[in-house]
Amino acid sequence: MLAARDDVMAVLGTVMDPEVPVISVVELGIIRDAEVHDGVVSVTVTPTYSGCPAMREIEDDIRSALLAAGARDVQVQMVFAPAWTTDWIGPEAREKLRAYGIAPPGRAEQGGLITLTRRRAPVACPFCGSSDTRLQSEFGSTACKAIHSCNSCKQPFDEFKAI
Amino acid sequence: MADHTEVEEVHEDSAADVTSAALEVAPYNVAGSRGPRFGAPLVEYVLRLGDDRLVLGHRLSEWCGHGPILEEDIAVANLALDLVGQATMFLGLAGELEGAGRDADALAFFRDGTAYRNALLVELPRGDFGFTMMRQFLFDAFSVVQLDALASCGHAQLAAIAAKSLKEAKYHVRHSGEWVVRLGDGTEESHARISRSLAELWRYTGELFERDVIDDAVEAHGIVFDHEAARARWEAIVHDVLQRATLEVPAPPIMASGGRRGRHTEHIGHLLSTMQSVARAHPGATW
Repeated sequence: MLAARDDVMAVLGTVMDPEVPVISVVELGIIRDAEVHDGVVSVTVTPTYSGCPAMREIEDDIRSALLAAGARDVQVQMVFAPAWTTDWIGPEAREKLRAYGIAPPGRAEQGGLITLTRRRAPVACPFCGSSDTRLQSEFGSTACKAIHSCNSCKQPFDEFKAI
Repeated sequence: MADHTEVEEVHEDSAADVTSAALEVAPYNVAGSRGPRFGAPLVEYVLRLGDDRLVLGHRLSEWCGHGPILEEDIAVANLALDLVGQATMFLGLAGELEGAGRDADALAFFRDGTAYRNALLVELPRGDFGFTMMRQFLFDAFSVVQLDALASCGHAQLAAIAAKSLKEAKYHVRHSGEWVVRLGDGTEESHARISRSLAELWRYTGELFERDVIDDAVEAHGIVFDHEAARARWEAIVHDVLQRATLEVPAPPIMASGGRRGRHTEHIGHLLSTMQSVARAHPGATW
């Protein structure tokens, strides 16, 4: 039964990101609040990227998981502030990303209007651990990933972009 | 929720704001069935923000499957997705503030060209890849400056959307700026072509910094945007990149203007006829 916030969060912990199915929506940091009153659950979610096409599916997944767990009704609300940051992804989830073959995000850029030139340390290869890697493109298969290539093991890999 | 109260208040204000000044700036608002029914400054203001991003996002999406290299094809599609996503947030807010039951989709797909409030810069045909990237850079540089200012404005919902969008605009301008440098400081051919693009686009940049009665009116909602300060920040970014791209800053020409008031180039109609065709052929369809 869903009696308290913790019960809701436990269910949400089983709802996986559809694009990166090794971390849950809770681990991704997009669940901002959850409440339950008399079996009616209200979940507050913040989008990752403003155009992320998976958001709709994530909403549906949240709804069906909670209904299956016994919720009488589920309301999903979207909030934009504070804006999502990859800094909300915890150390355990980062390890899961790495094991899945996606380099976890570094620290998000702080302040400053823009940095037109990039000065950043190479991203460690999630397969062999080498730092001898190069950025191929800041844009990858989904809005949240960049494409890198490892010079040591010759493996191309995704990086979860810091934002 | 606190947000909800905010909406109600703002809506009351905006209804009271349909003044002669607003109508004067947008006399085209005399409504046909699909024509614009709004005129409240706050709604107009948010539409401008949404329409810039929707129209540019659509233009970028035209490159999907046609990018010069695979990585760039993916990059441009990603940029388009971000811009359309930002537009969805802004247009959603505009619809809410308008209070006439129109959501972001209704505003995107069922307004005609004269009801669009985007700057002319973003509706120009995509041209060659250099033209696309130069236009993108000129807009992105404006977008970061604009969103950075709005992120701390006094209208909570608008500030939240601006702060969210700013994170994306920052990597957009880095990407387009890198291409301007690469093409400007590239081969003789790429230099010549992107120089022509810059010369062609420059006269559309003035409109971005125009101030009118809408900007004055929204100050009552806590939205204070200093156009001159924004222009100075924009110029600093643009001049720096153009210099690294070995491109000359064009002499100030006579600037084109009109999009903010619904007076567009002929290109908007062609763009919308593609963008809106499915929604208009199958009204109410979901997928």
